[in-house]
Amino acid sequence: MALTVWASSTANALRISCASKPHLPLAFSFSRCFSTVLDGLKYASSHEWVKHDGSVATIGITDHAQDHLGEVVFVELPEPGVPVSQGKGFGAVESVKATSDVNSPISGEVVEVNSKLTEAPGLINSSPYEEGWMIKVKPSSPSELESLMGSKEYTKFCEEEDASH
Amino acid sequence: MIIPQTRNIGLPMMNLMRFKGLPILQQLQIEEQLLRTSSENWCIINDGTNDPTIVMGVSGKPAELLEIESVLRDQVPVIRRFTGGGTVIVDNGTIFVTFICNKEAVPDLQPYPRPIMSWSSTLYSKVFQGIGDFNLRENDYVFGNHKFGGNAQSITKNKWIHHTSFLWDFDVRNMAYLKLPKRAPAYRSARGHLDFICRLKDYMPRSIFIDKTVEAAGTQFSLRSLKSEAIETCSKTEFCPSTRFLTNEELEAAAVAGQ
Repeated sequence: MALTVWASSTANALRISCASKPHLPLAFSFSRCFSTVLDGLKYASSHEWVKHDGSVATIGITDHAQDHLGEVVFVELPEPGVPVSQGKGFGAVESVKATSDVNSPISGEVVEVNSKLTEAPGLINSSPYEEGWMIKVKPSSPSELESLMGSKEYTKFCEEEDASH
Repeated sequence: MIIPQTRNIGLPMMNLMRFKGLPILQQLQIEEQLLRTSSENWCIINDGTNDPTIVMGVSGKPAELLEIESVLRDQVPVIRRFTGGGTVIVDNGTIFVTFICNKEAVPDLQPYPRPIMSWSSTLYSKVFQGIGDFNLRENDYVFGNHKFGGNAQSITKNKWIHHTSFLWDFDVRNMAYLKLPKRAPAYRSARGHLDFICRLKDYMPRSIFIDKTVEAAGTQFSLRSLKSEAIETCSKTEFCPSTRFLTNEELEAAAVAGQ
């Protein structure tokens, strides 16, 4: 808790987006690109995150992605029951003038979608790892998680990607 | 001895297709197919479209954006396209320019909306050099603070499309089919359509604009002109575009729901 509170106030001072709420003890690390990356999640190179929790995995886009996309004004999501495949698109977000595909980090079946995003697409910007979650999936190949990046690896990936452009 | 094409060595290849008066639905469906199924880079130029048509972005709500009663009365076709962005009414005075690129096609370009938009404005800065105070203002091409070009994009895992509709000329009466959008750029300052937009023809002849655009593209890509028949080969791939006309029933339902 103390670490989270300290990190929040430091994040505010540095104007770093901080998705964690004080009452949720999620550890996170700073990236030099000033996007939040959470420990305990896995990350795809196309900037989606997945949180595996027992038989269900929750998926969304990262803080790095939402920051680069800009204000999200519309979210296109699949219906429950639809299959998703690792690396393939399952939906899209619209930010101002652009639609951007969102790809699933793992394969499985959609069991729930975040209906709040219909009326409040901006949750993806304000809370990309919590209220802005997009779909929940029943994984069909849990071993796929091993091919994804951890928080440290993803942080470095973002830094290198930003530095090379 | 000067070797022709020397300056093109090392530039990524881009297919250039030019149309005149191609129906806008067909243009957009071709673009959507190329974005989703082609591994090559493309520049598509359509010099005017045949019939006045309203084109909404992927999330456009007819009741918010259109004067539906007038649209239905006058049977103006309405398309929902696959890219984001706002609503336009296009006709034979509209010039369309589209770039479809692999993510590696433009060196050091991050495949996100703002960098792509910025890249496009540097390309068009070459076209409009010394003409009319050209700028990219928020997401619009302007002369001063008057919009003459609207942009939209779609970004996939490995490619992106950036397409523009240029108002070379427009019919004032057509603007009456469009409501003032709720989501508008700040620089619009609540101006009505006619105070907000301007005509490209007041700044540059039509053929010169197209020629200069091709020339500017040629500084970054090695252009290969394809005849429009080449698109038939692309069409043989099985692909179902999302870009389509809205039906009268859909527009009527939207009008009722919006009341």
